[in-house]
Amino acid sequence: MGESEQVAMLRRKAWLIRRNILTMIGTGKAGHLGGSSSLAEIVAVLYFHTMRLDPRDVKAPGRDRLILSKGHAVLAQYAALVELGVIPREEMSKLKTVDGMLQGHPDMDRTPGIEAVTGSLGQGLSIANGMALGLRLDGIPSRVYVILGDGELSEGQVWEAAMATANYRLDHVTAILDLNRIQASGPTRETFEIPHVAEKWAAFGWHCVEADGHDPSALMSALEEAAGEKGRPAMVIAHTVKGKGFSFAENNAAFHNGILTEELYQQAWRDLEAAPH
Amino acid sequence: MDTCNLREAYGQALVELGRKDPRVVALEADLGKSTRSCLFKDEFPARYFEMGIAEQNMTSTAAGLALVGKIPFLSTFAVFATGRAYDQIRNAVSIPRLKVRICGSSSGLSDFGDGKTHQSVEDVALMRAVPNMTVLVPVDAVETRAMMHALLEHSGPAYLRVNRNDLPTFTSARAPYAIGATPTIREGRDVVVFANGVMVSRAVSAAEALRPEGIELKVVNVSTVKPLNAAAIRAAAASVRRGIIVAEEHSILGGLAGAVLEVLSEVRHPPSLVVGIPDSFGISARGYEELLAHFGLTDAAIAGAARKLVAAG
Repeated sequence: MGESEQVAMLRRKAWLIRRNILTMIGTGKAGHLGGSSSLAEIVAVLYFHTMRLDPRDVKAPGRDRLILSKGHAVLAQYAALVELGVIPREEMSKLKTVDGMLQGHPDMDRTPGIEAVTGSLGQGLSIANGMALGLRLDGIPSRVYVILGDGELSEGQVWEAAMATANYRLDHVTAILDLNRIQASGPTRETFEIPHVAEKWAAFGWHCVEADGHDPSALMSALEEAAGEKGRPAMVIAHTVKGKGFSFAENNAAFHNGILTEELYQQAWRDLEAAPH
Repeated sequence: MDTCNLREAYGQALVELGRKDPRVVALEADLGKSTRSCLFKDEFPARYFEMGIAEQNMTSTAAGLALVGKIPFLSTFAVFATGRAYDQIRNAVSIPRLKVRICGSSSGLSDFGDGKTHQSVEDVALMRAVPNMTVLVPVDAVETRAMMHALLEHSGPAYLRVNRNDLPTFTSARAPYAIGATPTIREGRDVVVFANGVMVSRAVSAAEALRPEGIELKVVNVSTVKPLNAAAIRAAAASVRRGIIVAEEHSILGGLAGAVLEVLSEVRHPPSLVVGIPDSFGISARGYEELLAHFGLTDAAIAGAARKLVAAG
Protein backbone atom coordinates (compact mmCIF):
# COMPACT_ATOMS: atom_id res chain seq x y z
CA MET A 1 0.00 0.00 0.00
CA GLY A 2 1.41 3.39 -0.98
CA GLU A 3 1.41 6.21 1.53
CA SER A 4 -1.52 8.02 -0.02
CA GLU A 5 -3.55 4.82 -0.08
CA GLN A 6 -2.57 4.19 3.54
CA VAL A 7 -3.67 7.68 4.56
CA ALA A 8 -6.96 7.21 2.71
CA MET A 9 -7.48 3.87 4.47
CA LEU A 10 -6.79 5.46 7.87
CA ARG A 11 -9.15 8.35 7.15
CA ARG A 12 -11.80 5.80 6.28
CA LYS A 13 -11.12 3.92 9.58
CA ALA A 14 -11.39 7.17 11.53
CA TRP A 15 -14.73 7.82 9.84
CA LEU A 16 -15.91 4.32 10.75
CA ILE A 17 -14.77 4.88 14.32
CA ARG A 18 -16.86 8.07 14.49
CA ARG A 19 -19.79 6.23 12.97
CA ASN A 20 -19.50 3.47 15.58
CA ILE A 21 -19.20 6.03 18.39
CA LEU A 22 -22.40 7.69 17.23
CA THR A 23 -24.13 4.32 16.82
CA MET A 24 -23.23 3.35 20.38
CA ILE A 25 -24.28 6.64 21.92
CA GLY A 26 -27.58 6.92 20.09
CA THR A 27 -29.98 9.42 21.56
CA GLY A 28 -29.85 10.26 25.24
CA LYS A 29 -26.83 10.35 27.49
CA ALA A 30 -24.98 7.14 26.80
CA GLY A 31 -21.42 8.26 26.29
CA HIS A 32 -18.67 10.81 26.03
CA LEU A 33 -18.99 12.07 22.45
CA GLY A 34 -16.45 14.90 22.64
CA GLY A 35 -13.39 13.15 24.05
CA SER A 36 -14.08 9.99 22.06
CA SER A 37 -14.35 11.67 18.67
CA SER A 38 -11.21 13.74 19.24
CA LEU A 39 -9.38 10.40 19.39
CA ALA A 40 -10.70 8.89 16.15
CA GLU A 41 -7.59 9.43 13.99
CA ILE A 42 -5.19 8.63 16.86
CA VAL A 43 -6.90 5.32 17.57
CA ALA A 44 -7.20 4.55 13.84
CA VAL A 45 -3.49 5.09 13.24
CA LEU A 46 -2.51 3.04 16.31
CA TYR A 47 -4.74 0.04 15.60
CA PHE A 48 -4.61 0.02 11.80
CA HIS A 49 -1.04 1.10 11.20
CA THR A 50 1.40 1.46 14.06
CA MET A 51 0.68 -1.23 16.65
CA ARG A 52 1.69 -4.84 16.27
CA LEU A 53 -1.52 -6.59 17.23
CA ASP A 54 -3.09 -9.69 15.73
CA PRO A 55 -6.86 -9.22 16.06
CA ARG A 56 -7.24 -13.02 16.15
CA ASP A 57 -4.87 -13.32 19.11
CA VAL A 58 -5.20 -10.22 21.27
CA LYS A 59 -3.49 -11.96 24.22
CA ALA A 60 -0.27 -12.81 22.33
CA PRO A 61 2.62 -12.00 24.69
CA GLY A 62 4.56 -10.15 21.99
CA ARG A 63 1.74 -7.73 21.10
CA ASP A 64 1.98 -3.99 21.49
CA ARG A 65 -0.32 -2.68 24.20
CA LEU A 66 -2.60 0.33 24.31
CA ILE A 67 -3.71 1.79 27.63
CA LEU A 68 -6.42 4.42 27.48
CA SER A 69 -5.67 6.50 30.54
CA LYS A 70 -8.50 8.89 29.68
CA GLY A 71 -10.85 5.96 30.06
CA HIS A 72 -14.04 7.96 29.57
CA ALA A 73 -13.20 8.07 25.84
CA VAL A 74 -13.35 4.29 25.63
CA LEU A 75 -16.03 4.46 22.92
CA ALA A 76 -13.25 5.32 20.46
CA GLN A 77 -11.39 2.17 21.48
CA TYR A 78 -14.54 0.02 21.32
CA ALA A 79 -15.27 1.48 17.90
CA ALA A 80 -11.85 0.46 16.59
CA LEU A 81 -11.97 -2.99 18.22
CA VAL A 82 -15.33 -3.57 16.52
CA GLU A 83 -13.75 -2.72 13.15
CA LEU A 84 -10.90 -5.12 13.95
CA GLY A 85 -13.41 -7.87 14.70
CA VAL A 86 -12.19 -8.18 18.29
CA ILE A 87 -15.49 -6.98 19.77
CA PRO A 88 -18.63 -8.42 18.14
CA ARG A 89 -20.50 -5.70 16.27
CA GLU A 90 -23.80 -6.56 17.97
CA GLU A 91 -22.29 -5.54 21.32
CA MET A 92 -22.56 -1.89 20.26
CA SER A 93 -26.31 -1.85 20.89
CA LYS A 94 -25.72 -3.24 24.39
CA LEU A 95 -23.38 -0.44 25.50
CA LYS A 96 -23.61 0.11 29.26
CA THR A 97 -26.11 -2.65 29.81
CA VAL A 98 -25.64 -5.28 32.53
CA ASP A 99 -25.61 -8.07 29.97
CA GLY A 100 -23.25 -6.36 27.55
CA MET A 101 -19.46 -6.47 27.40
CA LEU A 102 -19.04 -2.73 26.88
CA GLN A 103 -18.79 -0.96 30.22
CA GLY A 104 -18.82 2.80 30.74
CA HIS A 105 -15.09 2.75 31.33
CA PRO A 106 -12.40 0.24 30.21
CA ASP A 107 -12.80 -3.11 31.96
CA MET A 108 -10.33 -5.76 30.87
CA ASP A 109 -12.37 -8.54 32.47
CA ARG A 110 -15.43 -7.96 30.34
CA THR A 111 -14.10 -6.64 27.07
CA PRO A 112 -11.65 -8.37 24.73
CA GLY A 113 -8.81 -6.14 23.57
CA ILE A 114 -8.90 -3.95 26.68
CA GLU A 115 -5.59 -4.19 28.54
CA ALA A 116 -6.30 -2.68 31.97
CA VAL A 117 -8.87 -1.01 34.17
CA THR A 118 -8.69 2.75 33.74
CA GLY A 119 -11.07 5.64 34.12
CA SER A 120 -10.06 6.93 37.49
CA LEU A 121 -7.86 9.53 35.83
CA GLY A 122 -4.11 9.74 36.15
CA GLN A 123 -3.26 6.06 36.39
CA GLY A 124 -2.66 4.91 32.82
CA LEU A 125 0.94 5.99 32.43
CA SER A 126 1.89 4.24 35.67
CA ILE A 127 0.23 1.05 34.45
CA ALA A 128 2.01 1.38 31.10
CA ASN A 129 5.32 1.82 32.92
CA GLY A 130 4.72 -1.35 34.93
CA MET A 131 4.01 -3.27 31.73
CA ALA A 132 7.11 -1.82 30.11
CA LEU A 133 9.31 -2.78 33.08
CA GLY A 134 7.97 -6.34 33.03
CA LEU A 135 8.30 -6.71 29.27
CA ARG A 136 11.88 -5.49 29.41
CA LEU A 137 12.70 -8.01 32.15
CA ASP A 138 11.40 -10.75 29.87
CA GLY A 139 13.21 -9.43 26.81
CA ILE A 140 9.92 -8.97 24.92
CA PRO A 141 10.34 -6.10 22.43
CA SER A 142 6.76 -4.82 22.62
CA ARG A 143 5.84 -1.17 22.80
CA VAL A 144 3.35 0.20 25.27
CA TYR A 145 1.17 3.06 24.06
CA VAL A 146 -0.78 5.18 26.49
CA ILE A 147 -3.27 7.93 25.67
CA LEU A 148 -3.72 10.76 28.14
CA GLY A 149 -6.11 13.66 28.09
CA ASP A 150 -5.00 17.22 28.68
CA GLY A 151 -7.53 17.73 31.48
CA GLU A 152 -6.09 14.61 33.10
CA LEU A 153 -2.68 16.25 33.43
CA SER A 154 -3.81 17.95 36.63
CA GLU A 155 -3.69 14.56 38.36
CA GLY A 156 -0.45 14.48 40.36
CA GLN A 157 0.10 10.81 39.65
CA VAL A 158 0.69 11.63 35.97
CA TRP A 159 3.83 13.52 36.96
CA GLU A 160 4.97 10.83 39.39
CA ALA A 161 4.70 8.44 36.47
CA ALA A 162 6.39 10.84 34.04
CA MET A 163 9.42 10.92 36.34
CA ALA A 164 9.43 7.13 36.64
CA THR A 165 9.27 6.56 32.86
CA ALA A 166 12.31 8.78 32.42
CA ASN A 167 14.14 7.38 35.48
CA TYR A 168 13.83 3.85 34.16
CA ARG A 169 14.59 4.97 30.58
CA LEU A 170 11.49 3.26 29.26
CA ASP A 171 11.98 4.20 25.63
CA HIS A 172 9.47 1.53 24.63
CA VAL A 173 6.69 3.60 26.17
CA THR A 174 4.99 6.07 23.85
CA ALA A 175 2.55 8.50 25.41
CA ILE A 176 0.03 10.33 23.26
CA LEU A 177 -1.52 13.46 24.64
CA ASP A 178 -4.98 14.20 23.28
CA LEU A 179 -4.67 17.96 23.57
CA ASN A 180 -8.23 18.98 22.83
CA ARG A 181 -8.16 21.95 25.23
CA ILE A 182 -11.54 21.27 26.77
CA GLN A 183 -12.40 19.48 30.00
CA ALA A 184 -15.72 18.65 31.63
CA SER A 185 -16.34 22.12 33.05
CA GLY A 186 -15.14 24.15 30.08
CA PRO A 187 -12.03 25.18 28.18
CA THR A 188 -8.90 24.11 30.07
CA ARG A 189 -7.54 27.65 30.00
CA GLU A 190 -10.61 28.84 31.93
CA THR A 191 -10.95 25.78 34.14
CA PHE A 192 -7.49 24.66 35.22
CA GLU A 193 -4.82 25.87 32.87
CA ILE A 194 -1.65 23.84 32.46
CA PRO A 195 0.61 26.03 30.37
CA HIS A 196 3.83 25.02 28.60
CA VAL A 197 2.87 21.36 28.37
CA ALA A 198 5.68 20.39 25.99
CA GLU A 199 8.26 22.20 28.09
CA LYS A 200 7.00 20.47 31.22
CA TRP A 201 7.32 17.00 29.71
CA ALA A 202 10.72 17.89 28.28
CA ALA A 203 11.83 19.02 31.74
CA PHE A 204 10.67 15.66 33.09
CA GLY A 205 13.04 13.92 30.67
CA TRP A 206 10.74 13.22 27.73
CA HIS A 207 11.19 13.83 24.04
CA CYS A 208 8.09 15.59 22.67
CA VAL A 209 6.81 15.50 19.11
CA GLU A 210 3.90 17.75 18.15
CA ALA A 211 1.39 16.71 15.51
CA ASP A 212 -2.03 17.49 14.10
CA GLY A 213 -4.08 14.82 15.85
CA HIS A 214 -6.55 14.60 12.99
CA ASP A 215 -3.96 14.11 10.24
CA PRO A 216 -3.10 10.40 9.89
CA SER A 217 0.05 11.20 7.98
CA ALA A 218 1.33 13.55 10.69
CA LEU A 219 0.42 11.06 13.40
CA MET A 220 2.20 8.19 11.62
CA SER A 221 5.43 10.11 11.32
CA ALA A 222 5.19 11.48 14.88
CA LEU A 223 4.69 7.96 16.26
CA GLU A 224 7.60 6.75 14.18
CA GLU A 225 9.83 9.51 15.52
CA ALA A 226 8.71 8.72 19.06
CA ALA A 227 9.52 5.04 18.63
CA GLY A 228 12.95 5.91 17.27
CA GLU A 229 13.93 7.86 20.38
CA LYS A 230 16.43 5.84 22.41
CA GLY A 231 17.26 6.10 26.09
CA ARG A 232 14.29 8.25 27.03
CA PRO A 233 10.54 8.07 26.57
CA ALA A 234 8.71 10.10 23.99
CA MET A 235 5.33 11.77 23.84
CA VAL A 236 3.28 12.70 20.83
CA ILE A 237 1.41 15.88 21.62
CA ALA A 238 -1.61 15.55 19.38
CA HIS A 239 -3.45 18.79 18.76
CA THR A 240 -7.08 17.81 18.45
CA VAL A 241 -10.59 19.22 18.44
CA LYS A 242 -12.98 17.94 21.04
CA GLY A 243 -16.13 16.64 19.35
CA LYS A 244 -14.31 16.55 15.96
CA GLY A 245 -16.60 15.66 13.08
CA PHE A 246 -19.84 16.66 14.79
CA SER A 247 -20.64 20.28 14.06
CA PHE A 248 -22.57 21.05 17.25
CA ALA A 249 -20.04 19.30 19.51
CA GLU A 250 -16.76 20.69 18.15
CA ASN A 251 -14.93 22.69 20.81
CA ASN A 252 -18.05 22.54 22.98
CA ALA A 253 -17.61 21.44 26.59
CA ALA A 254 -21.33 20.66 26.78
CA PHE A 255 -20.66 17.52 24.73
CA HIS A 256 -17.94 16.18 27.03
CA ASN A 257 -20.77 13.92 28.16
CA GLY A 258 -23.81 15.79 26.90
CA ILE A 259 -27.27 14.59 26.02
CA LEU A 260 -27.93 13.86 22.34
CA THR A 261 -31.49 14.89 21.53
CA GLU A 262 -33.18 13.26 18.54
CA GLU A 263 -32.56 16.46 16.61
CA LEU A 264 -28.83 16.53 17.43
CA TYR A 265 -28.53 12.83 16.74
CA GLN A 266 -29.94 13.36 13.24
CA GLN A 267 -27.61 16.33 12.78
CA ALA A 268 -24.67 14.12 13.78
CA TRP A 269 -25.61 11.58 11.09
CA ARG A 270 -25.87 14.35 8.51
CA ASP A 271 -22.41 15.59 9.56
CA LEU A 272 -21.01 12.09 9.18
CA GLU A 273 -22.62 11.59 5.79
CA ALA A 274 -21.26 14.93 4.62
CA ALA A 275 -17.71 14.08 5.65
CA PRO A 276 -15.52 12.30 3.08
CA HIS A 277 -15.61 8.55 3.67
CA MET B 1 9.10 -16.92 74.79
CA ASP B 2 11.10 -16.22 71.62
CA THR B 3 10.46 -12.96 69.89
CA CYS B 4 11.22 -12.21 66.27
CA ASN B 5 10.91 -9.23 63.97
CA LEU B 6 8.10 -9.40 61.44
CA ARG B 7 9.65 -6.90 59.03
CA GLU B 8 12.82 -8.97 58.91
CA ALA B 9 10.71 -12.06 58.29
CA TYR B 10 8.98 -10.23 55.43
CA GLY B 11 12.27 -9.22 53.80
CA GLN B 12 13.79 -12.67 54.16
CA ALA B 13 10.67 -14.37 52.82
CA LEU B 14 10.64 -11.99 49.87
CA VAL B 15 14.16 -13.14 49.01
CA GLU B 16 13.11 -16.78 49.34
CA LEU B 17 10.21 -16.16 46.97
CA GLY B 18 12.55 -14.41 44.56
CA ARG B 19 14.75 -17.50 44.47
CA LYS B 20 11.74 -19.76 44.05
CA ASP B 21 9.98 -17.85 41.27
CA PRO B 22 11.54 -15.50 38.72
CA ARG B 23 8.18 -13.74 38.29
CA VAL B 24 8.49 -12.21 41.77
CA VAL B 25 9.42 -8.52 41.67
CA ALA B 26 9.49 -5.90 44.43
CA LEU B 27 8.57 -2.22 44.50
CA GLU B 28 9.41 0.23 47.22
CA ALA B 29 8.72 3.87 48.05
CA ASP B 30 12.00 4.88 49.68
CA LEU B 31 11.39 2.87 52.85
CA GLY B 32 13.18 -0.32 51.87
CA LYS B 33 15.60 -0.21 54.79
CA SER B 34 12.66 -0.09 57.16
CA THR B 35 10.29 -2.51 55.42
CA ARG B 36 13.31 -4.79 54.74
CA SER B 37 12.52 -5.07 51.06
CA CYS B 38 16.15 -3.93 50.71
CA LEU B 39 17.16 -7.57 51.24
CA PHE B 40 15.49 -8.37 47.92
CA LYS B 41 17.32 -5.51 46.24
CA ASP B 42 20.67 -6.92 47.35
CA GLU B 43 20.01 -10.26 45.69
CA PHE B 44 17.80 -9.27 42.75
CA PRO B 45 18.67 -5.70 41.78
CA ALA B 46 17.10 -6.00 38.31
CA ARG B 47 13.80 -7.13 39.80
CA TYR B 48 13.68 -4.42 42.45
CA PHE B 49 12.05 -1.12 41.54
CA GLU B 50 12.70 1.89 43.74
CA MET B 51 9.74 4.10 42.87
CA GLY B 52 10.65 7.08 45.02
CA ILE B 53 8.26 8.69 47.45
CA ALA B 54 5.27 8.19 45.16
CA GLU B 55 2.94 5.49 46.46
CA GLN B 56 0.16 6.06 43.95
CA ASN B 57 2.47 5.60 40.99
CA MET B 58 4.08 2.60 42.70
CA THR B 59 0.72 0.88 43.10
CA SER B 60 -0.46 1.40 39.52
CA THR B 61 3.00 0.37 38.28
CA ALA B 62 2.60 -2.85 40.24
CA ALA B 63 -0.70 -3.36 38.42
CA GLY B 64 1.12 -3.00 35.09
CA LEU B 65 3.76 -5.52 36.15
CA ALA B 66 1.05 -7.99 37.15
CA LEU B 67 -0.63 -7.45 33.77
CA VAL B 68 2.46 -8.82 32.02
CA GLY B 69 2.72 -11.83 34.31
CA LYS B 70 4.93 -10.63 37.16
CA ILE B 71 4.05 -11.15 40.83
CA PRO B 72 4.75 -7.76 42.38
CA PHE B 73 5.21 -7.27 46.11
CA LEU B 74 5.06 -3.59 47.03
CA SER B 75 5.92 -2.32 50.44
CA THR B 76 5.76 0.91 52.35
CA PHE B 77 4.24 1.96 55.65
CA ALA B 78 0.70 0.61 56.07
CA VAL B 79 -0.84 4.05 56.38
CA PHE B 80 0.53 5.14 52.98
CA ALA B 81 0.10 1.77 51.27
CA THR B 82 -3.62 1.70 52.01
CA GLY B 83 -4.53 5.37 52.33
CA ARG B 84 -2.38 7.29 49.90
CA ALA B 85 -2.87 4.71 47.18
CA TYR B 86 -6.41 3.58 47.99
CA ASP B 87 -7.87 4.55 44.63
CA GLN B 88 -5.07 2.80 42.76
CA ILE B 89 -5.58 -0.36 44.83
CA ARG B 90 -9.31 -0.19 44.22
CA ASN B 91 -9.36 0.53 40.51
CA ALA B 92 -6.13 -0.61 38.87
CA VAL B 93 -5.48 -3.64 41.09
CA SER B 94 -8.64 -4.98 42.67
CA ILE B 95 -11.27 -4.57 39.96
CA PRO B 96 -9.26 -6.81 37.59
CA ARG B 97 -8.22 -9.08 40.54
CA LEU B 98 -4.52 -8.64 39.80
CA LYS B 99 -1.98 -10.66 41.71
CA VAL B 100 -0.44 -7.70 43.50
CA ARG B 101 0.80 -8.10 47.07
CA ILE B 102 0.64 -5.01 49.26
CA CYS B 103 2.80 -5.07 52.36
CA GLY B 104 1.66 -2.51 54.90
CA SER B 105 4.69 -2.22 57.14
CA SER B 106 4.98 -0.48 60.53
CA SER B 107 1.26 -1.06 60.82
CA GLY B 108 -1.15 -0.16 63.61
CA LEU B 109 0.52 1.72 66.45
CA SER B 110 3.81 -0.10 66.00
CA ASP B 111 5.52 3.00 64.60
CA PHE B 112 4.97 4.43 68.06
CA GLY B 113 7.21 7.50 67.84
CA ASP B 114 6.00 8.92 64.54
CA GLY B 115 2.49 9.60 65.75
CA LYS B 116 -0.91 9.79 64.13
CA THR B 117 0.22 10.60 60.56
CA HIS B 118 2.25 7.39 60.43
CA GLN B 119 0.11 5.02 62.49
CA SER B 120 -2.57 3.04 60.69
CA VAL B 121 -5.72 2.61 62.74
CA GLU B 122 -8.06 2.03 59.79
CA ASP B 123 -6.03 0.10 57.20
CA VAL B 124 -7.75 -3.24 57.79
CA ALA B 125 -11.17 -1.60 57.45
CA LEU B 126 -10.14 0.04 54.20
CA MET B 127 -8.69 -3.11 52.68
CA ARG B 128 -11.48 -5.34 53.93
CA ALA B 129 -14.06 -3.18 52.18
CA VAL B 130 -12.38 -3.57 48.78
CA PRO B 131 -14.00 -6.42 46.80
CA ASN B 132 -11.61 -9.24 45.78
CA MET B 133 -8.99 -8.30 48.40
CA THR B 134 -7.40 -10.84 50.76
CA VAL B 135 -6.43 -9.35 54.15
CA LEU B 136 -3.81 -11.00 56.33
CA VAL B 137 -2.60 -9.92 59.78
CA PRO B 138 0.23 -12.20 60.88
CA VAL B 139 0.71 -12.93 64.57
CA ASP B 140 4.45 -13.51 64.43
CA ALA B 141 7.49 -13.84 62.19
CA VAL B 142 6.88 -17.52 61.47
CA GLU B 143 3.34 -16.88 60.29
CA THR B 144 4.54 -13.88 58.24
CA ARG B 145 6.90 -16.16 56.36
CA ALA B 146 4.23 -18.84 55.90
CA MET B 147 1.80 -16.24 54.56
CA MET B 148 4.39 -14.93 52.11
CA HIS B 149 4.91 -18.40 50.69
CA ALA B 150 1.15 -18.93 50.48
CA LEU B 151 0.83 -15.61 48.63
CA LEU B 152 3.04 -16.88 45.85
CA GLU B 153 0.26 -19.25 44.78
CA HIS B 154 -2.85 -17.45 46.02
CA SER B 155 -4.80 -15.65 43.31
CA GLY B 156 -6.02 -12.07 43.37
CA PRO B 157 -4.78 -9.05 45.31
CA ALA B 158 -3.67 -9.33 48.93
CA TYR B 159 -2.83 -7.02 51.81
CA LEU B 160 -0.30 -8.14 54.42
CA ARG B 161 -0.23 -6.09 57.64
CA VAL B 162 3.24 -6.19 59.15
CA ASN B 163 4.07 -5.00 62.64
CA ARG B 164 7.25 -2.95 63.10
CA ASN B 165 8.38 -4.56 66.32
CA ASP B 166 9.56 -7.92 67.60
CA LEU B 167 6.61 -10.08 68.62
CA PRO B 168 6.47 -13.39 70.49
CA THR B 169 6.24 -16.52 68.37
CA PHE B 170 3.16 -18.72 68.57
CA THR B 171 3.30 -20.41 65.21
CA SER B 172 5.21 -23.64 64.66
CA ALA B 173 7.64 -23.42 61.77
CA ARG B 174 6.84 -27.04 60.92
CA ALA B 175 3.05 -26.71 60.83
CA PRO B 176 1.48 -26.44 57.37
CA TYR B 177 -0.15 -23.09 56.61
CA ALA B 178 -3.01 -22.12 54.32
CA ILE B 179 -4.74 -18.77 53.91
CA GLY B 180 -7.94 -18.95 55.94
CA ALA B 181 -6.28 -20.88 58.77
CA THR B 182 -7.76 -19.71 62.06
CA PRO B 183 -5.78 -21.63 64.65
CA THR B 184 -6.77 -21.99 68.29
CA ILE B 185 -3.77 -20.87 70.30
CA ARG B 186 -5.22 -21.88 73.64
CA GLU B 187 -8.29 -23.86 74.67
CA GLY B 188 -10.86 -22.60 77.18
CA ARG B 189 -14.57 -23.04 77.83
CA ASP B 190 -15.86 -19.73 79.19
CA VAL B 191 -14.91 -16.90 76.85
CA VAL B 192 -13.36 -16.91 73.39
CA VAL B 193 -10.98 -14.16 72.33
CA PHE B 194 -10.75 -13.62 68.59
CA ALA B 195 -7.50 -11.74 68.14
CA ASN B 196 -4.77 -11.12 65.62
CA GLY B 197 -1.37 -9.48 65.44
CA VAL B 198 0.08 -8.25 68.70
CA MET B 199 -3.23 -8.79 70.52
CA VAL B 200 -2.87 -12.57 70.41
CA SER B 201 -0.05 -12.39 72.93
CA ARG B 202 -2.14 -10.06 75.12
CA ALA B 203 -5.00 -12.52 75.03
CA VAL B 204 -2.74 -15.39 76.05
CA SER B 205 -1.42 -13.32 78.98
CA ALA B 206 -4.98 -12.49 79.97
CA ALA B 207 -5.83 -16.19 79.90
CA GLU B 208 -2.91 -16.90 82.26
CA ALA B 209 -4.04 -14.14 84.60
CA LEU B 210 -7.62 -15.42 84.70
CA ARG B 211 -6.79 -19.05 85.32
CA PRO B 212 -6.51 -18.71 89.13
CA GLU B 213 -9.97 -17.09 89.09
CA GLY B 214 -11.43 -20.14 87.41
CA ILE B 215 -12.19 -18.32 84.18
CA GLU B 216 -11.09 -20.14 81.05
CA LEU B 217 -10.21 -18.16 77.93
CA LYS B 218 -10.05 -19.72 74.52
CA VAL B 219 -7.73 -17.75 72.22
CA VAL B 220 -8.16 -17.89 68.44
CA ASN B 221 -5.70 -16.30 66.02
CA VAL B 222 -7.79 -14.77 63.24
CA SER B 223 -4.87 -13.86 61.03
CA THR B 224 -6.92 -14.18 57.85
CA VAL B 225 -9.39 -11.33 58.19
CA LYS B 226 -10.61 -11.79 54.64
CA PRO B 227 -11.78 -14.20 53.38
CA LEU B 228 -12.87 -14.81 56.95
CA ASN B 229 -13.17 -18.45 57.99
CA ALA B 230 -16.79 -18.07 59.05
CA ALA B 231 -17.17 -21.73 59.99
CA ALA B 232 -14.23 -21.55 62.38
CA ILE B 233 -15.52 -18.33 63.94
CA ARG B 234 -19.02 -19.73 64.45
CA ALA B 235 -17.71 -23.01 65.83
CA ALA B 236 -15.44 -21.25 68.32
CA ALA B 237 -18.26 -18.91 69.36
CA ALA B 238 -20.56 -21.89 69.88
CA SER B 239 -17.95 -23.68 72.00
CA VAL B 240 -17.91 -21.17 74.89
CA ARG B 241 -20.49 -20.57 77.62
CA ARG B 242 -20.14 -16.93 78.63
CA GLY B 243 -19.02 -14.60 75.90
CA ILE B 244 -16.95 -13.42 72.99
CA ILE B 245 -14.17 -10.84 72.87
CA VAL B 246 -12.62 -9.43 69.73
CA ALA B 247 -9.19 -7.88 70.35
CA GLU B 248 -7.28 -5.97 67.69
CA GLU B 249 -4.71 -3.23 67.28
CA HIS B 250 -7.04 -1.27 65.01
CA SER B 251 -10.00 1.04 65.20
CA ILE B 252 -13.06 -0.65 66.65
CA LEU B 253 -14.77 0.40 63.41
CA GLY B 254 -14.60 -1.94 60.49
CA GLY B 255 -11.65 -4.16 61.30
CA LEU B 256 -11.55 -7.64 62.83
CA ALA B 257 -14.43 -6.82 65.18
CA GLY B 258 -16.58 -5.87 62.23
CA ALA B 259 -15.61 -9.02 60.36
CA VAL B 260 -16.25 -11.39 63.28
CA LEU B 261 -19.51 -9.81 64.42
CA GLU B 262 -20.81 -9.75 60.85
CA VAL B 263 -20.55 -13.53 60.54
CA LEU B 264 -21.94 -14.06 64.04
CA SER B 265 -24.91 -11.79 63.30
CA GLU B 266 -26.46 -14.62 61.33
CA VAL B 267 -26.37 -17.10 64.24
CA ARG B 268 -27.30 -17.20 67.92
CA HIS B 269 -24.19 -16.35 69.93
CA PRO B 270 -23.08 -15.35 73.44
CA PRO B 271 -22.69 -11.63 74.30
CA SER B 272 -19.65 -9.85 72.90
CA LEU B 273 -17.19 -7.08 73.76
CA VAL B 274 -14.52 -5.40 71.64
CA VAL B 275 -11.03 -4.41 72.77
CA GLY B 276 -9.62 -2.04 70.16
CA ILE B 277 -8.66 1.54 69.45
CA PRO B 278 -11.61 3.86 70.05
CA ASP B 279 -12.64 5.90 67.00
CA SER B 280 -9.53 8.09 67.07
CA PHE B 281 -6.10 8.57 65.53
CA GLY B 282 -2.91 7.41 67.22
CA ILE B 283 -0.39 9.55 69.07
CA SER B 284 3.38 9.69 69.56
CA ALA B 285 4.82 7.73 72.44
CA ARG B 286 8.27 6.78 73.72
CA GLY B 287 7.59 3.09 73.44
CA TYR B 288 5.22 0.58 71.87
CA GLU B 289 4.03 -0.91 75.18
CA GLU B 290 3.28 2.54 76.52
CA LEU B 291 1.21 3.35 73.45
CA LEU B 292 -0.72 0.07 73.52
CA ALA B 293 -1.51 0.76 77.21
CA HIS B 294 -2.64 4.31 76.35
CA PHE B 295 -5.30 2.87 74.05
CA GLY B 296 -6.25 0.03 76.38
CA LEU B 297 -4.77 -2.68 74.20
CA THR B 298 -3.55 -4.73 77.15
CA ASP B 299 -3.94 -8.13 78.74
CA ALA B 300 -5.59 -6.36 81.67
CA ALA B 301 -8.22 -4.89 79.34
CA ILE B 302 -8.96 -8.31 77.85
CA ALA B 303 -9.11 -9.89 81.32
CA GLY B 304 -11.44 -7.12 82.46
CA ALA B 305 -13.73 -7.70 79.50
CA ALA B 306 -13.78 -11.44 80.23
CA ARG B 307 -14.68 -10.86 83.88
CA LYS B 308 -17.49 -8.57 82.80
CA LEU B 309 -18.91 -11.18 80.43
CA VAL B 310 -18.68 -13.91 83.08
CA ALA B 311 -20.29 -11.72 85.74
CA ALA B 312 -23.11 -10.78 83.36
CA GLY B 313 -23.70 -14.39 82.41
